[in-house]
Amino acid sequence: MENQFNFALAAPEIILVIMAMGILVYDAFSHEASRKTTYVFSLCALIILTVVSLMQWNSGIGGTTFYGMYVADPLAHFLKIASYLAVLVTLIYSRQYVVDRDMSKSGELYPLTLCALLGQMVMISASSMLTIYLGLELMSLALYTLVALRRDSLVATESAMKYFVLGALASGFMLYGISMVYGATGHVDLAGVMQVIRSGQAGEMTLVLGTVFVVAGLAFKLGAVPFHMWIPDVYQGAPTAITLTIGAAPKLAALAITLRLLIEGLNGVALSWQPMLIILAVLSLAIGNLTAIMQTNFKRMLAYSTISHVGFVLLGLLSGVAANGTVMSGAYASSLFYIVTYVLTTLASFGLVLLMSRQGFECENIDDLKGLNQRSPLMAFGMLLLMFSLAGIPPLVGFHAKLVVLQAVVSAGHVWLAIYAVLCSLIGAFYYLRVVKVVYFDEPVQGVPAPDTAWSFRSGVMSVNGLLIIVLGILPGGLMTLCVQVIDASLKF
Amino acid sequence: MGEMTSTLPWLSLAIFVPIVAGILVLIMGSDERADFTRKLALFGSVISFLVTLPVYFGFDGSTAQMQFVEKTPWIDAFSATYHLGVDGISMWLVLLTSFITVIVVLAGWEVITKRVAQYMAAFLILSGLMVGVFAALDGLLFYIFFEATLIPMYIIIGVWGGPNRVYAAFKFFLYTLLGSLLTLVAFIYLYTQTGSFDILVWQQAKLGYTPQMLIFFALLAAFAVKVPMWPVHTWLPDAHVEAPTGGSIVLAAIMLKLGAYGFLRFSLPIAPDASHSMAGLMIALSLVAVIYIGLVAIVQDDMKKLVAYSSVAHMGFVTLGFFLFNTAGMEGAIIQMISHGFVSGAMFLCIGVLYDRLHTRRIADYGGVINTMPKFVTFFVLFSMANSGLPATSGFVGEFYVILGAVEHNFWIGLLTATALILGASYSLWMVKRVAYGDITNEAVKQMKDVNCREYALLAILAIFVLVMGIYPKLFTDVMHVSVQQLLDHVAVSKL
Repeated sequence: MENQFNFALAAPEIILVIMAMGILVYDAFSHEASRKTTYVFSLCALIILTVVSLMQWNSGIGGTTFYGMYVADPLAHFLKIASYLAVLVTLIYSRQYVVDRDMSKSGELYPLTLCALLGQMVMISASSMLTIYLGLELMSLALYTLVALRRDSLVATESAMKYFVLGALASGFMLYGISMVYGATGHVDLAGVMQVIRSGQAGEMTLVLGTVFVVAGLAFKLGAVPFHMWIPDVYQGAPTAITLTIGAAPKLAALAITLRLLIEGLNGVALSWQPMLIILAVLSLAIGNLTAIMQTNFKRMLAYSTISHVGFVLLGLLSGVAANGTVMSGAYASSLFYIVTYVLTTLASFGLVLLMSRQGFECENIDDLKGLNQRSPLMAFGMLLLMFSLAGIPPLVGFHAKLVVLQAVVSAGHVWLAIYAVLCSLIGAFYYLRVVKVVYFDEPVQGVPAPDTAWSFRSGVMSVNGLLIIVLGILPGGLMTLCVQVIDASLKF
Repeated sequence: MGEMTSTLPWLSLAIFVPIVAGILVLIMGSDERADFTRKLALFGSVISFLVTLPVYFGFDGSTAQMQFVEKTPWIDAFSATYHLGVDGISMWLVLLTSFITVIVVLAGWEVITKRVAQYMAAFLILSGLMVGVFAALDGLLFYIFFEATLIPMYIIIGVWGGPNRVYAAFKFFLYTLLGSLLTLVAFIYLYTQTGSFDILVWQQAKLGYTPQMLIFFALLAAFAVKVPMWPVHTWLPDAHVEAPTGGSIVLAAIMLKLGAYGFLRFSLPIAPDASHSMAGLMIALSLVAVIYIGLVAIVQDDMKKLVAYSSVAHMGFVTLGFFLFNTAGMEGAIIQMISHGFVSGAMFLCIGVLYDRLHTRRIADYGGVINTMPKFVTFFVLFSMANSGLPATSGFVGEFYVILGAVEHNFWIGLLTATALILGASYSLWMVKRVAYGDITNEAVKQMKDVNCREYALLAILAIFVLVMGIYPKLFTDVMHVSVQQLLDHVAVSKL
């Protein structure tokens, strides 16, 4: 038997573990109040990881190792690189915020963020149900702690508790489902599960029941209705910097495990879980968009908007297998494209909120944005781009994301689902338009500190981020093709 | 269908010169340097107009082929291409758009004092996007331009509009978005059927009756709202009343044509059988617009609202002409589209001139304006005549052709259509009578100054176009004739 321990494949994870530990130890002896060195080290670690993964991808390194527990394929490389960059941008955007609020003083922030990233990487590269669970727990535990980092803040502690209890429940669901799938197939590695289901030797009842629990667990992690209750509370309660950490990169990992579990492992019972996803998607689109209309808190509004976007991602995932059993991988590529562009937009949205928050002032309510156009035309224009992109108005990238998903849905024969989805996004357009209205049409209110309009590294990164939303909106072809290639090269049906 | 290419990408220039100019104005302009900003915007709009002239002079009116064609791969995943081209119909709309933009920049010259750069930039970018709608030969490209026009218009109404601007801006945006989203689903469906986003491929695609009907109604949702047809016209009076003068001009002169153009480019050629079987409904809706909305216009006491309703009535002529399926009706409708661009633009400009002086749009607040503004009233009367379809003005030609087509189709429809001439005269001329003539009852009217050089020049240019089109319509019809005939021939062939 060939050597089952190819450590080179897992190089990014190994490097990250070493660096995260190093940073933790360094931090313990650091006396800097702002932890500037820790911050810079963390950024360096992320850049090194990006280079390593790029090299791996470029030289075509791939395969499974550790007895089928771990896989390095183009999908893993792609999602990992996207995650590194998302965390990198998150750290840059939130730097001033955490310094102003003394959140970096005790130093856990950066190592914990890196630990969460490690969990995401394990999830992305998991090819066995146990690895998936391992990664999920590693990421979740780090995120629970991050939410509770400001322990003197009542809302933050409360939302950490909520996140923890509900998260543990969901992990329980998932584990229960995994155990049933194992019981039905006798395998924990996804390739084995797939083969047994294909051969028709799996116990049908147990398998479908297990699938229900797996889907429930995944729905929780993605934030789909009716497993969405934690999202608004955690998004609103967590310090904005942490909201960004939770709202951006983990979505990529959540999509990765959904792809690995449902599309790869449980592919054989797709016709059982697709209807479940339809219910989740239909509810998410309606409840996410309708509830967002009523919000006055900007973070909470974005939380509900996230739920509606998850609905769209699910629409892509459920369109992959037609009723006659043909697989259309383009549908999964559309979900991948959707989530990557969604993360890009979310980063900038919360980034702008972070940019507008000052020492002793949290820019949280939609009304805090009043008259932004008169105080900072550039930021107002950025907000306009983001809101129209989230609403799916061309020529911004959000439009193409919706387009690819709708195309997949129509190709799968669900024309009515597509019409339902566009009607829901019409409802969604209302609350995005309201933000643009507040920014452009209203007069500024007194007492809100002026936003920081000076040019800095952070605003430079944000400008690039905003520019990407337009450029990808005009020329989305490259990223779309990449998503299709990555899916085709990685998923085995 | 063959295609003709040209040496320089004139259509791309027509799209991107105004957009780039708009971005430059946004970056370089500011309220402190308002004068510089205005001049820069004017320069940008004039250049944008000039780059569309080669499209007119280089146009070959003897063929129905697409001309000035540009085609480059764009989104491989959808085999969507950056495909531009114009025929005898869209060529006029491209020219109209770039021309009206110059007028709009000049119309906002002294009136707009806050956030000048953003105002001018919004109109320039909007102009480029609208040219894109008329020039696009790829469905996805068309949709992107079509939908992107909502963003600048939303900002224009919301930032520089009247007291109820927020309501009007939301209504405008959501109403039109609802329609266009259904169109998007139809486009995606067409893509899954044909494997292409190319409009010319779609036009040739064989489709069954039921898909044709569904596509027809999905497209109708977008285009009927945009035109707007009765009963989905209610956003228009609100948007017009609240928008600044420039916004009203662009809305009436060009944005409404986006919908009408959609019928010509999509609904009729892609779903000809559905169009034929739904012609009765469309004609009925158009007649309601012509007659009922004409009556509604008469009783308005707000000038802008009156002209807004008259726009709905005039666009009723356009949709009526399309669904008669004869040459007179179709050509009349297209001439009406262009003529309405000039006339309604001029009407809103006139109202803007009055509003800038008295800050009211109520007809009752005026009266006897001729005593203080004789030059202005000359133009005002001319444009009102054109609005009511007086011979020798552009308004007459289109309406006459459509009535001719209607009589050819069915005498009674022709008769009902012809009542519009009476209604048009009633609301236009009665408004002129109450505003311009009679005794001065409002003291403030006595203080009104006649038009200045800028306003005089604007009104004069529009007046020339209105008269030229009215006296010598062959100039327009000759160039579009072959394209219209080709469209009618195409629609006459069943796809079943």
